[in-house]
Amino acid sequence: MESRATRIALTVWSGLVVLFLWIPLALIMLYAFNQSNVESWPITGFTTHWFHAAWSSEVRGALWLSVRVGLIATGIALVLGSMAAFGVARFRFFGREAVSFLLVLPIALPGIVTGIALNSAFVTGKVALSTWTIVIGHATFCVVVVYNNVLARLRRSSPSLIEASQDLGADGWQTFRFVIWPVLSTALVAGGLLAFALSFDEVIVTTFTAGAQNTLPLLILGYIRLGQQLPVVNVIAFAMIVLTSIPVLLAQRLVRDTGVRVGTATAQAQQA
Amino acid sequence: MKHVWNVDNYRQLWQGGAYHSIAFRTIGIAAAVTAADAILAFPLGYFMARIAGGRSRAFVFVAVLLPLWSSYLIRVYIWRLILDHNGVLNWSLRKVGLPAANIGYTNWAVWLIFTYIWLPFMILPVYGALERVPDSFLEASRDLGAGGWITFRRVLLPLALPGVIAGSIFTFSLTLGDYITPLLAGGASSQFIGNVVYDNINNQLTPFAAAFAAVPLAVMGVYLLIARRLGAFEAL
Repeated sequence: MESRATRIALTVWSGLVVLFLWIPLALIMLYAFNQSNVESWPITGFTTHWFHAAWSSEVRGALWLSVRVGLIATGIALVLGSMAAFGVARFRFFGREAVSFLLVLPIALPGIVTGIALNSAFVTGKVALSTWTIVIGHATFCVVVVYNNVLARLRRSSPSLIEASQDLGADGWQTFRFVIWPVLSTALVAGGLLAFALSFDEVIVTTFTAGAQNTLPLLILGYIRLGQQLPVVNVIAFAMIVLTSIPVLLAQRLVRDTGVRVGTATAQAQQA
Repeated sequence: MKHVWNVDNYRQLWQGGAYHSIAFRTIGIAAAVTAADAILAFPLGYFMARIAGGRSRAFVFVAVLLPLWSSYLIRVYIWRLILDHNGVLNWSLRKVGLPAANIGYTNWAVWLIFTYIWLPFMILPVYGALERVPDSFLEASRDLGAGGWITFRRVLLPLALPGVIAGSIFTFSLTLGDYITPLLAGGASSQFIGNVVYDNINNQLTPFAAAFAAVPLAVMGVYLLIARRLGAFEAL
């Protein structure tokens, strides 16, 4: 339909945008092998020394805290998010619109607003900042992701499936096990992966809800601000880029037909 | 702390000239980031939706999604290295005989980095909107004698606009509420609303911080109302 020239121009433009997205990531992966601890270009020599240095107790502690927080927040989100999605999708009740609006509202809130809101709530309620306050902060946006994913799946699946199952004599547990679960499982896995990844990467809300502890992003933030341990930051960057590609490719397979929704759900949740 | 209800914090905000320029800088850069992302994303979205074959579409799709998932901090940090005085950018410019750019730690750096970080959030909804435009509409426009430009202006753009607006909700609001990028990659005059809020919280001045945080909240409220009018919510 388009003229040949237009097609070529659009293809070249797209190639350039993809390069714009990827050149920085490729560069940081090179920097991980930088022999010097001065991060300037061009790199003069290569070493794998920093990979060993990066496995310090400080980094391991932060990594472990991030994993713990991510798992607990994701667990909470899976339970609350899918229950809320069921309620909103299957029943009509007073305040249903308000509930669905309030659940999705955090997408419009800048992170800093969520952050100070939680912070002043904890201070007013005299709750000491701890691992649990970080978990609560992360759960606020993890719930949204799971809720969105499950709700979208429920809306696309027909309620008559459940009626048919009951008409054929299945009890509640059998209906859940053989009808609802197969429909929902991939949405839950995708939502859970998203929730975990978001929690694992969160900085802004965490700075307001963490006490003296460091999650991995907070540790990196500190290193970058002080200009310390930059070779270690490079190695963490390398590892994170490699590791995050695994769940992305996995999620991509699970929700192949709804890829756009995965992206926007991420966007929504990052704003929470 | 003594609790008294009054509007002093808002008055202080209203009267402080420095706070005006910080608010305008934040909103201005957020708008510039949104515009740059829309310009970068639209042709790519079109390519993905209408030109690319199945394989190259899947490739571009993953190429867009993966950076979205790599750590936010890491992506800011990479750009610090690139834009640094001794970084890749100045080195490359020197190689081709151009003067050094030296935009590290300026508002330009903040704008560029935000544009980079939020770009996938614009690409995905724009692609989704363009994919939903039926081929027959474009053919009809052509049959009725419209050239490429008119078809783009009068048919394609209006139909894809909700996708662009949906993407802009993300790029605009994410920039508006951020303070990490200006902190790490900006200069002395790159303070955002978020930086002031953060500093005030740290100095136990929560009421004033809350008053300033109400500014992005109000801006987003107005923005969302306009976006809903333009039908962006269906494109989310």
